[in-house]
Amino acid sequence: MISFQSVSKVYPDGTPAVEDLTIEIPTGEITVFVGPSGCGKTTSLRMINRMIEPTGGAVLIDGKDTRSIDAPALRRGIGYVIQNAGLFPHRTVLDNVATVPVLKGQSRRAARAAAGELLARVGLDSAMGGRYPAQLSGGQQQRVGVARALAADPPVMLMDEPFSAVDPVVREQLQDELIRLQAELGKTIVFVTHDIDEAVKLGDGIAVFAVGGRLAQYASPAEVLSRPADDFVADFVGRDRGYRALSFTAAGDLPLHDEHTVVLGRPVPADLAPPDATVDKPYWVLVVDGDRQPRGWVDVRELPAGRVVTVGDLVLGGSLAGPTSSLRTALDAALSSPSGRGVAVDEDGRVIGTVAAQEVLAAIEVARAVTPASFSPEDRSEQPAKRKQGSEPATSAAVPS
Amino acid sequence: MNWNWLNRNTDQILTWLVQHIWLAAVPTVLGLLLALPLGAIAFRYRWSYTVLITLAGLLYTIPSLALFVVLPGLLGTRILDPINVVIALTLYTLALLVRVVADALDSVSPLVRQSAVAMGYRPLRSLITVQLPLAIPVIGAGLRVAAVSNVSLVSVAALLGIPQLGQLFTTGFQLNFFTPIIAGIVLCLLVAAVFDGLIQLAVRFSTPWERAVKRR
Repeated sequence: MISFQSVSKVYPDGTPAVEDLTIEIPTGEITVFVGPSGCGKTTSLRMINRMIEPTGGAVLIDGKDTRSIDAPALRRGIGYVIQNAGLFPHRTVLDNVATVPVLKGQSRRAARAAAGELLARVGLDSAMGGRYPAQLSGGQQQRVGVARALAADPPVMLMDEPFSAVDPVVREQLQDELIRLQAELGKTIVFVTHDIDEAVKLGDGIAVFAVGGRLAQYASPAEVLSRPADDFVADFVGRDRGYRALSFTAAGDLPLHDEHTVVLGRPVPADLAPPDATVDKPYWVLVVDGDRQPRGWVDVRELPAGRVVTVGDLVLGGSLAGPTSSLRTALDAALSSPSGRGVAVDEDGRVIGTVAAQEVLAAIEVARAVTPASFSPEDRSEQPAKRKQGSEPATSAAVPS
Repeated sequence: MNWNWLNRNTDQILTWLVQHIWLAAVPTVLGLLLALPLGAIAFRYRWSYTVLITLAGLLYTIPSLALFVVLPGLLGTRILDPINVVIALTLYTLALLVRVVADALDSVSPLVRQSAVAMGYRPLRSLITVQLPLAIPVIGAGLRVAAVSNVSLVSVAALLGIPQLGQLFTTGFQLNFFTPIIAGIVLCLLVAAVFDGLIQLAVRFSTPWERAVKRR
């Protein structure tokens, strides 16, 4: 557990960066510091490993005042992932990862061997070990940065906007992998970001900082979204917060409807004709491939019976709802589908039926009746069903074309 | 060109050449070795930067001939002792390189420096194993200027009678004879070119990551 006890930081010119911060960061969880720039979130993070010294109060790790520990030694015991990876340009990937073990006195050879194994763990080819950072893509550098922070197996990891400089697709992959790694490793992670979506996705707890270093709210992501503590938090989490909050309610047993399907590359069966051909309204039929995985939709008014369905006929569908989906995913699947019916799939991605938007809305009404319990760090483990492990596998997977 | 004169004096010229190389090379190396810690201090402590850079600038403005003449008096050495030349040129090299080293260390990305702190480096180890290697290309560029300028400055010491290639210029001037002057210029240029090439090679081999980036 990391405790901030009335910690403040005022810079020599009198600018307050952090104001009387008291917060307990639980062991084995991801706690996200989120806020606009200038809110003191990075300053607070750096006071944990004494890269910045507080001007008041104390930071304790497992009850021990960090000021009683030699600063470089303290830092070697805490993993740190810096913005843009911050790798050493003059060292190979392997030597970068081996940095802290070598500083701690391990032999270079042993540290390199361990580093090679870590590369695989963060999803990098071991052949990359001999390259220099400038020869890697931004996302690969970031993975090396995570491996470097993990190399000495520290119980605590600090991550300072680690994924802010990579493109959204890569960022999402890196976030998913962090969640996967954390499920295996159970580190105490403090993660700084200015992106509320990232905070909601990764955090077990979220600390929202306001400009001037004031802690505006510290709660679970669901609570921050559903019950912002004040106008600042409400404003910061944004106008989609109601929609985002749906991420925390499992879709559970939404009614599934059978869907007429045609198979890609096969003729349209005769019995699929619209019941009333005179109505000027599309009649959508779901197209699946040989494995019953959804490929898109066709309007059968435009395809006479017997015509072979080709890729060119497809109107691409929207997102998919998977077996562990949240209401947000289910609603998005329905809204993004041309037919208005969201495609639900099983673990293997096979169609099991469709969900209707109005039924998702009905389920939201039901969920609303059960209000979330108020939050405190101690009872966080009793929070209602949340994502994490295997989080919504198909959230944004569009139907492939 | 009087080739006969050159043939007759080959041994003498070669002795001067070797002497010249030593007199230019030793101060370059010594100056660099002194400039590294002083430059690091100037980089680390802001207040010392201004002091050191100003002193270095003043030192550099002292005419070399004056320094060659004054040093024996200050050091108690004999006026013809080559050690005077070595010390004078070491001071010039130092004056030139203090600023280069300080600025080269400063040119290392702050993110990399912070990263070293966050990993748990102590300041000295970070300086030597992280910042200094990354500063090599900039320091190397400054060292090339210092080395080449030393090659030309050594010849001034010929006015005091210290034997090296500068003797070819005084000889030629006294005899109103161009052959030794041309030979001296060509040999000085060659020595300078060799120094320059050696430093470039050393920089290249000590910074393999720079080439890896270009190869990408």
